[in-house]
Amino acid sequence: MKFLRQMLTIAAKDLRSELRTKEALNASLSFALVILLLFSFAFDPTSDMTREISGGLLWLVFAFAGVLLLNRSFARELPNDCLDALIASPLPGAALLLGKVLANYVLLLGIECVCLPVFGIFYNVRWTLQPAWLALVLLLGTWGMTVVGTVFSALTVNMRLRELMLPMLVYPVLIPCLMASMRLTTLILAGQPITGDELAWFKMLIGFDVIFTALAVALIDTVLVG
Amino acid sequence: MKALAVDAVWKYYGDYPALRDISFDADAGQCVALLGRNGAGKTTLLRILAGLSHPTKGRVQLFGKDHNDRAARSLTGIIGHGIAIYDELSAYENLKLYAALYALPDPHRSALEWLERTALDRVKDSPVREFSRGMRQRLAVARAFLHNPRLLLLDEPFTSLDDRAIALLQGLVRDALAAGGTVVMSTHQLREAMDLASHVVLLNRGRMAHRGERTPEMLADTGWLYRTYGEAS
Repeated sequence: MKFLRQMLTIAAKDLRSELRTKEALNASLSFALVILLLFSFAFDPTSDMTREISGGLLWLVFAFAGVLLLNRSFARELPNDCLDALIASPLPGAALLLGKVLANYVLLLGIECVCLPVFGIFYNVRWTLQPAWLALVLLLGTWGMTVVGTVFSALTVNMRLRELMLPMLVYPVLIPCLMASMRLTTLILAGQPITGDELAWFKMLIGFDVIFTALAVALIDTVLVG
Repeated sequence: MKALAVDAVWKYYGDYPALRDISFDADAGQCVALLGRNGAGKTTLLRILAGLSHPTKGRVQLFGKDHNDRAARSLTGIIGHGIAIYDELSAYENLKLYAALYALPDPHRSALEWLERTALDRVKDSPVREFSRGMRQRLAVARAFLHNPRLLLLDEPFTSLDDRAIALLQGLVRDALAAGGTVVMSTHQLREAMDLASHVVLLNRGRMAHRGERTPEMLADTGWLYRTYGEAS
């Protein structure tokens, strides 16, 4: 209970800070919308090809926008040495990490919810065909992206080029998560049922989330203190 | 049981030994002034004590437990170089946050109590970014003392404090010592340090040049310690 309370305290603090400053949120959301707009010029929205790559496009936008958001996660602790106070407190590293993951998860899901209708309009895609499946993919894919991004945000927080280092480190690790999310999203947007072999992508997504959450929790103390 | 026991601690940054074989301890009610020139290793040692860094060799125990133990950390209060306060949150939100992280039974009441003690209760709902420097410093002091720590680790606590904040901090440190707390304080302000200290540890380029009780000579002449045990530089 104490762990959960401390985790929620960190999540609430991060959400409150972000909603007051809107530093990462504004940058991430506007970047996502601009990328969606620019991609829409590159592809013909009436062609079948656009529909075939729609899942990939959508997750690329989420991945680009997500990294902007995740970069701020631990960086916001640097002014006034707040990170030192958190590490020196009795707060477990895992509670700190998962609190931050939770806050990032909520923010990133919010951005995705804004992007979806815009995506539907720009690319002439009906994203409401299988809303439950789509929600499930978004929830699982976003969790994987957030947990990996947050732990790497802790790893790069003291680097001078952290804005560059974070995407360089995160994207290769995210490949299985993005592959599964892109494939499933493309099928869902095309109105195809998720059955048989396609369920393996779901299993992969769930496996990715479980493995990387466990790894992140196990490694966070080493990442923070060395 | 010692409040603090540092046993043969070494810390290397690459090949450079920032701390070399440091050993000392402190009992309840003692105030240890950690002195030395810039680069002597005071901050490195305090960061290890606070669990912000691991020693390369040696062992640190707080209240008989490893310095990274959560229970030991909950008994420790820290003032470092930064004030560890969130500018975008209000004074009340900051203190309530730390009270919750230290699992105090009533974070709301603890936050209000310390806002009153530091004379910040009238601006409790204002964002900290609107505070003056002195107000921010008082809030940082409240943050460090909020959970009634039994061990205080203070890294140059008087640097850039205004008179009011210095008086507040000195009063709180004296109260903590009277209540059986232990204080380890690094500082360049020898007058304030000698005033509070019961013991002195002098570091010189990572080595311990002297440790012992604070003597009347140190109090009468703050330069005496450096002249007697100190370095050429």
